[in-house]
Amino acid sequence: MVSGSAEFEISRRGVLACSGAAVALTAVPAEAQGPTAAAAPATLPVTLTVNGTRHDLTLDTRTTLLDTLREHLHLTGTKKGCDHGQCGACTVIVNGERINSCLSLAVQHQGDKVTTIEGLGTPDKLHPMQAAFVKHDGFQCGYCTPGQICSAVSVLDEIRRGIPSHVQADLTEKPGFTNIEMRERMSGNICRCGAYSNILDAMSDVAGERA
Amino acid sequence: MKSFTYERATSPAQAAAIVARTPGAKFLGGGTNLLDLMKLEIETPTHLVDVQDLKLDRIEKTREGGLRIGALVTNTALSADERVRRDYGVLARAIQAGASGQLRNKATTAGNLLQRTRCPYFYDPNMPCNKRKPGSGCSAIGGYSRQLAVVGSSDKCIATYPGDMAQAMRVLDAAVETVKADGTTRAIPIADFHRLPGDRPEIDNVLERGELITGIALPKPLGGQHFYQKVRDRASYAFALVSVAAVIQKDGSGRVSFGGVAHKPWRVAAADAALPQGAQAVAQRAFAEARPTEDNRFKIPLATRALASVIAQAKAPRA
Ligand SMILES: Cc1cc2nc3c(=O)[nH]c(=O)nc-3n(C[C@H](O)[C@H](O)[C@H](O)COP(=O)(O)OP(=O)(O)OC[C@H]3O[C@@H](n4cnc5c(N)ncnc54)[C@H](O)[C@@H]3O)c2cc1C
Ligand code: SF4
Ligand code: FES
Ligand code: FES
Repeated sequence: MVSGSAEFEISRRGVLACSGAAVALTAVPAEAQGPTAAAAPATLPVTLTVNGTRHDLTLDTRTTLLDTLREHLHLTGTKKGCDHGQCGACTVIVNGERINSCLSLAVQHQGDKVTTIEGLGTPDKLHPMQAAFVKHDGFQCGYCTPGQICSAVSVLDEIRRGIPSHVQADLTEKPGFTNIEMRERMSGNICRCGAYSNILDAMSDVAGERA
Repeated sequence: MKSFTYERATSPAQAAAIVARTPGAKFLGGGTNLLDLMKLEIETPTHLVDVQDLKLDRIEKTREGGLRIGALVTNTALSADERVRRDYGVLARAIQAGASGQLRNKATTAGNLLQRTRCPYFYDPNMPCNKRKPGSGCSAIGGYSRQLAVVGSSDKCIATYPGDMAQAMRVLDAAVETVKADGTTRAIPIADFHRLPGDRPEIDNVLERGELITGIALPKPLGGQHFYQKVRDRASYAFALVSVAAVIQKDGSGRVSFGGVAHKPWRVAAADAALPQGAQAVAQRAFAEARPTEDNRFKIPLATRALASVIAQAKAPRA
């Protein structure tokens, strides 16, 4: 979805006209008439590169990265579980690092490169982690799975880069691809179906091929 | 979520000036705490000043032989820094014990320090809460208080400061460096940074309106053995019931800060001095003025045992 500049002009004027009407009809407290609150639009242009495709969008400032992906770009692979950073269903990879897309505004990601589950692989050409989840039954209902897979791919990368973790015995050593390391690092992804041990098997499989 | 306007600041002083002069404005770091609270309309800023472009994302040596951590250094980057892992292990450990990998990738050093309480009533807009709505009352007093403070609380609020990283900063005697709207800077000792609730539980810390955190300065390394022992309801991805940040020297002397027990990192000079006499002696001094509730009385023996385990690890011959 690409919104052209003409469309942006119209929606921007629309917003200004509406807020003008609101000012006329209701007595707005002096505070709200400050330089920013009334005059500045509550929408902004945002450019994102998602799975290699550039998108020029105009979004309400309140739109999270998660809702941008799902509602505006129709990439519904990324899931909304809690919307509060507590479950990991919304995990995506931004500029090479996994984050919770529900706790990030799209406007914070101007110019960023986002990889979602749709960008890791396709049904014809699965990412090794996707293939391993299938092979090891790393899911039941599948709702948490896109987040689990994005996280799992990042976890192996983080271990490879030597990012330390809570369970590491010696902080100055490099972490290994051990079961306990992967479990700790996956704790931000909750699975209501309890597929955890199979997810670990899938990750160990992929890690083993790499090591 | 309430509507808001958004801009990116281009310099620290400019960011401070915008927030100071714009009613309803707030800084935006990683957003992992602020956005959470905005969705529940517990925080309702009308303008967000995103600080991500301020280039405060470096960790540098100071002239005094310590480290200066930029306000925007992510939790992941800070806990992975080689100097931090080698010389300030308590800090690396405390960060790794908090939140999740995804959150630590986004959370900033300044935002982490400023995270708000996790009191369940603060998070429930239907319930009275003096911190969220001054004067409305405290639902936790007489309510469900298992996670809440045992010491330093007031009749207005018994919330805890929930963060892990700040416990380590307290043990290390870090200083919070800021810039104000008029461009002046100051360094606030971490001991004075977070407040006790007193009569104004809505105020968490001593920052002035529009005062921007630019970085955290760590004094030169303390040596000794570094520990962060966190006790929680599940093994990972949960806030502390209690935690112990400690640096212990060969002779048994050292420093200790308790997390999950008060409205700020809880470190008491007399308790530090009692470290060579063991965990009981420390706890007696740290919790001398404790006022626990029936629900959270368990935190005092739990914190004592967590410290005893740290002291035992310090004494154990190194493998
Ligand atoms: C599910 C979950 C579990 C968590 N578990 C833990 C845990 O176990 N332990 C733990 O310690 N934390 C935990 N956290 C909290 C997490 O650590 C914080 O959300 C994070 O550190 C906040 O950093 P941020 O940069 O995203 O802050 P933001 O949300 O961007 O900002 C927080 C506050 O700081 C202000 N601010 C930001 N930057 C500056 C600046 N430079 N100067 C002045 N003010 C500024 C903002 O205005 C805001 O008021 C958890 C969070 C979640 C959602
Ligand atoms: S303890 Fe503090 S934060 Fe919790 S309900 Fe009472 S006033 Fe609110
Ligand atoms: S939807 Fe983002 S963590 Fe649950
Ligand atoms: S597979 Fe159902 S929630 Fe994980």
